[in-house]
Amino acid sequence: MTFAVITFPGSNCDQDAYRAAKDVLGQQAEYIWHKDTDLKGADVVILPGGFAHGDYLRCGAMARFSPVMKSVQEFAAKGGPVLGICNGFQVLLEAGLLPGAMLRNRSLKFQCEHVHIRVEQTDTPFTMACRVGQVLRVPIAHGEGNYFAEPDVIARLEANRQVVFRYSTPDGRITDEANANGSLANIAGLCNERRNVVGLMPHPERACESILGSQDGLVLFESVMKAVAHA
Amino acid sequence: MIDPTTLERHGLKPDEYERIVSFLGREPNLTELGIFSVMWSEHCSYKSSRVHLKTLPTRGPQVLQGPGENAGAVDIGDGLAAVFKIESHNHPSFIEPYQGAATGVGGIIRDIFTMGARPIALLNSLRFGDLDAPGTKRLLEGVVAGIAGYGNSIGIPTVGGEIAFEPCYAGNPLVNVFCLGIAKHTDIIKGVASGVGNAVYYVGAKTGRDGIHGATMASAEFDEKSAEKRPAVQVGDPFMEKLLLEACLEVMQTDALVGIQDMGAAGLTCSTTEMGSRGGAGVDIDVTLVPQRETGMTPYEIMLSESQERMLLVAKRGHEAEVERIFEKWDLHAVQIGVVTDDGFLRVKEHGTVVAEIPNRALTDEAPVYQRPMEEPAYLHEAQHLDLDALRSARASRAEELLALLESPTIGSKHWVYRQYDHMVRAGTINLPGLGAGVVRVPGTDRALALSVDGNGRYCYLDPKRGAMLAVAEAARNVACAGARPLGATNCLNFGNPEKRPIMWQFAKAVEGIGEACRALGVPITGGNVSLYNETDGNAIYPTPIIGIVGLLEHADRVVARRFRGSGDALVLLGDSGGELGGSEYLRVVHGLVRGVPPAIDLDREKRLQDVLVALADGRLVRSAHDCSDGGLAVTLAECCFDTNGIGAEVEIDPVSAGSNQAIASAAALFGESASRVLVSVSPDDVTAVLRRAAAAGVSATMIGQTGGNRIRMAIAGSTVVDVAVDVAERRWSSAIARYFARQVA
Repeated sequence: MTFAVITFPGSNCDQDAYRAAKDVLGQQAEYIWHKDTDLKGADVVILPGGFAHGDYLRCGAMARFSPVMKSVQEFAAKGGPVLGICNGFQVLLEAGLLPGAMLRNRSLKFQCEHVHIRVEQTDTPFTMACRVGQVLRVPIAHGEGNYFAEPDVIARLEANRQVVFRYSTPDGRITDEANANGSLANIAGLCNERRNVVGLMPHPERACESILGSQDGLVLFESVMKAVAHA
Repeated sequence: MIDPTTLERHGLKPDEYERIVSFLGREPNLTELGIFSVMWSEHCSYKSSRVHLKTLPTRGPQVLQGPGENAGAVDIGDGLAAVFKIESHNHPSFIEPYQGAATGVGGIIRDIFTMGARPIALLNSLRFGDLDAPGTKRLLEGVVAGIAGYGNSIGIPTVGGEIAFEPCYAGNPLVNVFCLGIAKHTDIIKGVASGVGNAVYYVGAKTGRDGIHGATMASAEFDEKSAEKRPAVQVGDPFMEKLLLEACLEVMQTDALVGIQDMGAAGLTCSTTEMGSRGGAGVDIDVTLVPQRETGMTPYEIMLSESQERMLLVAKRGHEAEVERIFEKWDLHAVQIGVVTDDGFLRVKEHGTVVAEIPNRALTDEAPVYQRPMEEPAYLHEAQHLDLDALRSARASRAEELLALLESPTIGSKHWVYRQYDHMVRAGTINLPGLGAGVVRVPGTDRALALSVDGNGRYCYLDPKRGAMLAVAEAARNVACAGARPLGATNCLNFGNPEKRPIMWQFAKAVEGIGEACRALGVPITGGNVSLYNETDGNAIYPTPIIGIVGLLEHADRVVARRFRGSGDALVLLGDSGGELGGSEYLRVVHGLVRGVPPAIDLDREKRLQDVLVALADGRLVRSAHDCSDGGLAVTLAECCFDTNGIGAEVEIDPVSAGSNQAIASAAALFGESASRVLVSVSPDDVTAVLRRAAAAGVSATMIGQTGGNRIRMAIAGSTVVDVAVDVAERRWSSAIARYFARQVA
């Protein structure tokens, strides 16, 4: 199967996502330049981390106007699996593919460190190989990952079971101390109502090999391979 | 006609001016004077340092590119090269910490990708005044945020570094940044202009009035008026640099380029001159064609601007369209601003009229070189005198002294700092910051590179030659502790005003020490940077040479880190403890003293130690390795216990002879900083093999204890002198820097 990795000017985790798909998982991978509209027959689309368009104006705000985003919207509308990682998640929020917005971390600083996230939902293409309550150890690296939405939006997300990952303790408790950046309801990742578009702040592509300190990110890639194979 | 005030403003001496007139055979105009002033500044010409730098070893079978290019390069096998360099941005960082540090990072990254290498790791070496002195927190926060802001955004991991706090840096912080890149040997490209008629292109950010005379600023001392120099600090745009990086690497994959160089210090002037000079050619440009972001700029301003994120490149004839197309893809516009000539002149035109015409040679090879006078500093003799018998133990117990050392900002955890750096982007970092040397995989291979930057200003103040040797040894030892064979070095030489004899003496002695140590340890210098005039109101910093070393691990998965891996491992100390306290962290933290002579170093013994470390790692015989430096064996042992979820250790060591006071003697055994020592933990099954290998190599190795429990216990000749819980010690160590900022958040 083929992973399409979108490259915006300023993306800087596109090569990491590409390598995880191609070298670690042995799948096809294609870079898609943001000015192109052809997704090259992709089965999965990844919006990678980085600072698209320098994150000037607002994180992800300009990237949604890139020509490729129209194709990504169409791909998602047909039910294709789309994963936004870190800045890619921010782009999904700005593009309206996922609800809510990001504020600065409550530390008011960029934070790079390993955190723990608990898998809340397993009926998305990126978590179907997980157990509910499974705790993953994955790195974060962001300055603006403090998830915010109006109370009615949060209520709807919870009611629809759209919160896919929450920051947790290593043993899976959802505490304020375990909340890496101050996100409402410890939200680390979300899906859309149709459940095929998932965004998360942590970097699963940086946690696919034991030499990097964790392989817990692999399960997201393995999930979508399973999902595509069964589709 | 140039008057004396104009000359002084340009930092040129009257005899230098006469030299200019004799070269040109006439008086220079103001634009030409400006060009000479930046090219002949200390920063660009190395006029005070050059005669000394020439003595450094720069050759070796592994060296692909030595000093003189934008960065050095060493062979790392498989047709690949490690391209690396360190550079200072001290003066701008003091004036404007965020932008000063950010543009320092931007500049060193450009030096690396200019060589055709993809940058894969950053490190930095920082010096500040005491953390509780006025202004230090603001500088530290600004510098760290600037490094993070630039490196994180461009997507190059900051994988390590070092920071020290000493009062002498309060008015003159040091910001030295190091970058490593990887290139195929065949892709290495140089900063040359050649081929008459070839097009000279300008690409990147537009030129503004920022940074005019930055190079001259970096070549003068600071005083109370320095804040007025703020306009001379440039503003960075990491997004622009990311586009330039990707576009340049893409262009370099074609066969379209003759040469390329970034516009760093002295901007367009330096890049046109140096490219022409290296290629034995001349360059003609018309400043009216240079993209400008402000109106009404004069040729003088355009030639001297240090606006960031700009590159100069020479395209092969017939390949112009190819070059332009690739830059267009990245929304960058490559603009032809001139051509290569064969007359060896830098010729600057404005609307076709020549406004400056200078032989390249006059600006580069013929720049002044000074053999500046020197003399041993008056302070030295007195400062080297250390009377241990006069010391009274300042704390009730050695355990309390250990805790005081662990929570001193120089020794304590730097987590507060490196948490702000993206140290994992590119998914190649296999030794995270704080665990020893930074280690990154070499993409597409099983290999990895270990990197370390080290220096000790206090040692160099007390003995510049020995201090510099110790810096080289420590950087190489850190790399060897990770299991990597040191391959090459780069240096950043931070000193005071070279026009003062004692400062020049410090410089000359330090370079001597670096040369000797690099020769003995087999690590040639492949490039670097000199930063002089680090003085404020006449007070110089400690002489601070910073050494960056790159080493190669044949098998990435055999990397070794600082922390203990489990209980029940044997602890083996490699090397000998002499209890040397001169210039130690212990004397400064516990007794408030900067005194004595730094530890002795036997380079032959050091080399054998490093060889053994690499062999032990390759044979998977050690589980952890950590060198003994600031704070001695006791601090090393404690640090090995940290970040392990509380694995403790128990050791017994020999007494040392140090004065007649019992408390000081035991402190010397615990906190003495004798060089060439490494603490390794070894699985019990491998102890015999480790001891045998060490003995065969002529390295002394002593089993001093084992890991286990949750306390740090140290005994000297049977009597316990330290016994503290790991979690208590770790809390003190973890809060060393963070505690200074905690109040602000609350």
